[in-house]
Formats: sequence, structure tokens, C-alpha cells
Amino acid sequence: MSLAHDPYNLIVCGVGGQGNILIARLIGRILARQGCFLTIGETFGAAQRGGSVFSSMRISRQGYLGPLIPQGQAHLILSMEPLETLRMLSLFGNDQVQSISNTQSVLPVGVLAGRSQYPPLARLQEAISELSARAWFVDATVKAVELGAPIVSNIVLLGALLGSGALPVSPEEVRQEMESTFPAGKLALNQKALNLGMEALQAH
Amino acid sequence: MKAEQSGSPVESRVFLLGNEAIVRGALEAGVDFAAGYPGTPSSEIIERLARQARERHLHAEWSTNEKVACEGAAAAAVAGLTTLAAMKNAGLSVALDFLTHLSLTGLGGRGGSMAVIVCDDPDAHSSGDETDSRWLARFAYAPLLEPTNVQEAREMTRYALALSQEHACYVMLRSYTRLSHASSIVELDELPPRQEKLADPDLNACITPYLGRAHHAAALERLEKIRRQFEASPFNQYQGPEEPELLLVTSGSGYFCGLEAIKLLGLEGRVGLLKLATIWPFPRDLVRARAAKAGRLLVLEEVDPVLELLVKEALSDAGLCLPVLGKGSGHVPLYGEITPDRALAALSEIMGVAYQGRSAAYAQKAGRLEQELLVSRGLTWCPGCPHRASFWALDRAVKAEGGQVFVTGDIGCYTLDVFPEGKCQMNLLHAMGSSVGLAAGLGQLGQFGFNKPVVSICGDSTFYHAVLPGLVNAVYNQADLIHVVLDNAATAMTGFQAHPGVGYNAMGQKAPRIDVEKVCQALGVPVEVADPFDLRGTTKKIRELISLGKGVRILILRRTCELVRMKQDKNKPYLVRVNPDKCKGSECGICYGSLRCPAFEQEAETGRASIRQESCPGCGLCVQVCPFKAIEKQEVAS
Repeated sequence: MSLAHDPYNLIVCGVGGQGNILIARLIGRILARQGCFLTIGETFGAAQRGGSVFSSMRISRQGYLGPLIPQGQAHLILSMEPLETLRMLSLFGNDQVQSISNTQSVLPVGVLAGRSQYPPLARLQEAISELSARAWFVDATVKAVELGAPIVSNIVLLGALLGSGALPVSPEEVRQEMESTFPAGKLALNQKALNLGMEALQAH
Repeated sequence: MKAEQSGSPVESRVFLLGNEAIVRGALEAGVDFAAGYPGTPSSEIIERLARQARERHLHAEWSTNEKVACEGAAAAAVAGLTTLAAMKNAGLSVALDFLTHLSLTGLGGRGGSMAVIVCDDPDAHSSGDETDSRWLARFAYAPLLEPTNVQEAREMTRYALALSQEHACYVMLRSYTRLSHASSIVELDELPPRQEKLADPDLNACITPYLGRAHHAAALERLEKIRRQFEASPFNQYQGPEEPELLLVTSGSGYFCGLEAIKLLGLEGRVGLLKLATIWPFPRDLVRARAAKAGRLLVLEEVDPVLELLVKEALSDAGLCLPVLGKGSGHVPLYGEITPDRALAALSEIMGVAYQGRSAAYAQKAGRLEQELLVSRGLTWCPGCPHRASFWALDRAVKAEGGQVFVTGDIGCYTLDVFPEGKCQMNLLHAMGSSVGLAAGLGQLGQFGFNKPVVSICGDSTFYHAVLPGLVNAVYNQADLIHVVLDNAATAMTGFQAHPGVGYNAMGQKAPRIDVEKVCQALGVPVEVADPFDLRGTTKKIRELISLGKGVRILILRRTCELVRMKQDKNKPYLVRVNPDKCKGSECGICYGSLRCPAFEQEAETGRASIRQESCPGCGLCVQVCPFKAIEKQEVAS
């Protein structure tokens, strides 16, 4: 299967602790198996304590690239939190960029402390749509909470990525990768989460 | 995640983190002994080696600090084993006293080898500064390698150990955040079969001060031999036209940034790219030969102009007069990490080729929306973190003392106090262990008219790392201070590595538990222990210790890191809820506005608090701070 662009620059972002690193690596291992050249850049460490975190994925059929995406050069932003979608769009967005965002906001502590204001969700979604050639919004956290496991929000979002068809990755490949990544007891839950995400985007 | 691929013999092409590739290289080289102290971005190296210790019959340890780690690894190398020590940039400074000696004496004649892996953090993503370790290789007479990608990290770790064995000296390998924490695909070699090795220390490998000069000359001679090997190293590569208008000289992160900039600007026919991976001793002839065919040079590297000065020195010594652009010329910033954008900016200006990453209209739109809507996301303690409670209590105590308290801090999760989202109690903050050293200085200034009570704060891992000598010093010199140990039973910031206080070692084996309280008691000074979640009691204890006035007084605030607790017990101790009828909303806001637990939410119109259950660990701390008893907790049956 071919990539929509080469190199294809994918950003997986969120807030520390939301599990974006896990899904980036899961996608990474699948693409590696397909024979892609791939480098993922991450910063983990202090930022995991409530900060903005993102993985930048450089995917190519030609050769390796460095882990950092040049400004304005992302093709897809997969985001666990809408404010972080906007942050990534403002840095890496361009006229062709697509975005898939979780709708659940996580308030920065500065907002809780009254030092800044979180934008109204509707306005935020409007801005994300304005900066995306195509923007999808997914209630990933809501669906994960319905499954009784908010921790699988990231897998719902991964399902949404599959549903969007933006990457040449099949549900079967993800299922196989999850089998080798997650303990057997957690597989059914993660599969359900993945399906919910796929359906959410197919319904669009 | 289950993916334990750094040692898997099954697949030959695997997806690895840079640090895992370093581990794989070390395993392929037959590493026997590895030691280090955790520090981002280096921590995964010892962690992964320790997980495979049993299977691969090797020894891996978390040492109490980086100097001790290097000493352990060096001793094993002197005994003929293959060893490594791993640390972050700040840790290299801790180890340097030892390492400067070790490069003079070498590793003796038993065929041992030692790699010193140091991981820099340009941009200081998870560090107090962006110290550039590359300087220290020349300072310490140590050969220095710098891989540019994950595959090379594996190969060059192997090479470092082979080179070390050949020349009987340790070899430094510099990694950096964008390599250590990048993942990519790595082709693996077979792991060697484990062979029984007998440690046999070389009796003649030690230095005496009187031999210092002779050793110095021998070290210089050794470096010269290594330089000649580096001149022909296959890790140094050139691509581009034979006689380029501009020669880009890069190492580390600079390589991919330069490569991408050349492609995006369409300069493949005009610009050449020299990738250097053996940095010290500098392969000067190689650089001279390439430079002689180029019109101008641009050195692309991050943080300090290490490479740039080496290039200038090499050209100048050979009488080659060429413009060398880079940091000196202002084309590359002197701080921060190198990025494709920085490479693009430098190259587009020098070559006179315009570059636009996205349309002007989009950039304008993005700028407008960023201005209107984007807010920053500061770092803070996790929900349930004992440090939030400790600093709340300290804040109360300091206020009760009329603000007349001076606080020194240290390095760990509690450092987050300095950010606006913390309690901003720390007045002075520097290196690992500096809390008590600084406090001891301040606590002896009475005769100079400084009489404020001084409180120093450290964590448990930091306590063993470098606080202990400072604490002994403070007691001995009769400084007046209150030292607080935030004992959360974890090296939390770097990922919960073992330390002497937890009762097990890096390899997960049972180990003696060295108790902070008993160590402190042995100093013969007052030692108090409290649970920081008892906010009133803790505040009272801090004030009581302040009121004692003289000498060193120690307070241990003991509560396990919430993330560690949750690993052991998934259940919440309490179900915590806000009663909306009792909550005074924005009239009060103490829970979200002052305690600032990230599990809180604030209703937009009324300012009433609510708790996001999926984020709340159920610690119940907030119940204590609500003046209206609006936060209610209910025990969860386990």
C-alpha cells in the first residue's frame, strides 16, 4: 500500500499520561513490519507531568529521516486533547493537513489556578476545523468511559485513525500488533475500544 | 508494554528506542557489567540491561551516583570485563574527577573495555541546563563518538567497546534526547554466546601522583593513534558533489537536519554534506581534505560550537583560509537544539534560496488563532502526589512565620514547585544534592547578620546521591538549618528506578534497605517523621523544628509516590466527590485554584468545583483543604 505523501509526517499528541506514546509505537511497529523507513521522535521525562507531549512520526518508503518535522509540514495530527490539536496545528499545520481530535478537554493547571482561560469547546473546534483541510472529532474519552476503562481512550482514537483511512494500516494488522503488545486479559477490551473508534469515524 | 526486543534473538529487523539500540550494541559486544544513575534521557539504558541481567549473565546496577557507577564499571574493566556506565550530561560532571584520572592510567592489561555513555539534553527538555558534554572529552583525554541515528547507536556502542579494548582506555559515546528518545528500525546481529569470564584485576593499572606526567604523555600518544584510525572511519561519511559551493559539516542531530534542509531547498547539486561521528580526537585530515575542495563551510551542530572550533583549528593549523560559517557568524543559534527549521534558515540565507514551509495565508490564520485561543500547559504534580501536600504544608508554615524563611531545593519531581503551577517556595535551586550544601552556607551567616530560618528540601534518591556528604558537613560545621527529605520510596521523575531505600536492586532482587531515618539519626541531630497527607500535623512539625532555632534538624515526610501505589493497588482508597450544594464556587476556589490538583474541573459560570473521576486517584487530600466541607470522601471497599 502506498503513502499519501512521502515522507508522510504524522503527529500523535496529547497531555502527559494520556497514552499517545503507546499508540505511536504501535503504529510504528506495524509500519516497520511493512518495510517502511520510519523514525519517531519523542520527548518524555518532565513533560509527562501534565505537560504537552507529542510523538512525531516520519514515515517513508525511500529512506530514513530525522525525528523532527519541519514547521508547517505535518500531514495528519492525531490528538488526545483538542487544545493540543490547536497547538500542533499552529506549529505544523498547512493548507493540506488533516486532524483527528478527541473532544475531551484536559484543563491546564494554569486555567484551574485562574491565570488563563481555556477556550470554549465550540470555538476551539471551529478553529481546529479552520486550520484543517479535514477535521474529525471523536468522543474517545466518552466512549472509553462507557466501556468502563477511560485508559483505553487512546485505543478508541487509534480506531478513528483506521476509520479515516489516512494511513495504509489495516484493522487486522492492529489486532495482531495488540495481541503481541497487550496481556491476553486486556485484548477484548482494547479490541472493543478500537472498533468503537473505527465506527465513530465511518459514521461521519 | 511487553515488547522486550532489545535482546530478542528472533527477529533481525526490529523497532527500537535509541537507548534500546545502545543496549543491543552493548549486548552484542558481550557486556558483563553495567552501572549508572537515572537521568532523562539516559535512564532506559541501565533499566533494559537490568531486565536482561539474569538471561545474559551480566551485572547491572543503579549506583548511588554517577561517579560511583563509573568507578564500579572501571574496576570491572581493569579486571578484564566488558563494561559500561550510563548517565545524563549533569551526571558526567559528577563523575569527572574520577574519569579525568582514569583516562591517564587506562584500563590495564587484562583486555577489559569500558564505554561511558552520556546522554545530553539540548533544549533542556528534562534538565536544569543544556550542558554540552562534548567539551569534556578533550578535557578528560577521552575518545568521543557521536552516532547520528538509532542504527548507528547500536553499531557505535559495539565499536566503542572494541576501541576501548584495543587501546585499554574508556571511550565516551555521546547520545542526546533526539537519539536516545527517537525510535527507528534497527538491523540486529546475533548475540554472542555467553562465555564464562573470570575477573582478574590488573595489579599495575593504578596511578600514583608522581607518575602523572608520564601518564599524560602516554595518553596523548594513545589519542594520536586513535586519531589516525578515525581519519579512515567508515562512520564518517560524505555525500554530495565533489567540489561543492558549500560544505556542511555536521554531527549528531545536525546530520538529518542538514540532509532535510538540502532536499527541501533543492540544493543537492551545490551543497555537500560531511557527517562526522568520531568527534575526538578530531579527524582533522579528513576535514581538511574535504574543505580544500569546497568554497565555504557551514558547521551545523547544537548547543556549543564544539565542532565549529575544531574545524577552525584544523584549517588554521594547516594554513587553509576558508570562511567557516555557523555559530560564530550568527547563522546557527548558540543555544537550543538543532532543528530542520534552523538548518533551513541558515542554508536558505547563505545560499540565497527562499523557503516557505506553508502558505502565508495559512501562517497568518494560524498566528491569529494561536493568539486568540492557545494557552500554555505548565508542568505540575500528578493527582495524588505527596509533594503537593508537602509544599502545601510548607507554604502554610512559611506564611505563619511571616514569610521569613529561606528555602533551598533539589532535583526531582518536587522541583516542579518552582513553576507557576507549584507553590513557588524554593528560593535557590541548583544541582543534585545542592539543597543542603546551599542551606549549610546560609545557615552559618549569623555573624554576618543573616538570621532567617533556612529550610532545604530533597528527595530520597537524591538523599543517597549527593545530599549525604552535604548533610554530614552541615552537622559537623554546626550550620543552622531544617533539612526536609521527601521520602516517596521512588526515583519518580525518571521512571521509578530502584535506589538504596527501596529494598530491591536494579535487577529486581531483594537488597538491603538503607533507611533514611536511621541514617539521619546516626548523625546525632533531631529527626522527626510525618505523613505529608496530615497537612496540619506537617505544618506544625515544620514550625516546631523552626522554633528550635539552632543546629541541623531533619524532617522526613514519608508517603509513597502515588504512581507507585497505583502500580501495586489499582483501587482507589476513597471515592471523592464535591457536594454542589455546599461548594461556594468562584467565591472560594481553594481546591482547584490553590491546591491545584489536576483532577479538578471548574464549572464555567458558577466556578463550582467538580472532580473528574477518571483522573482522581481517590487520595482524599482535597477534603482537608475545603473550608466548607463541600468535598466528601467515601471509603472504597477493596
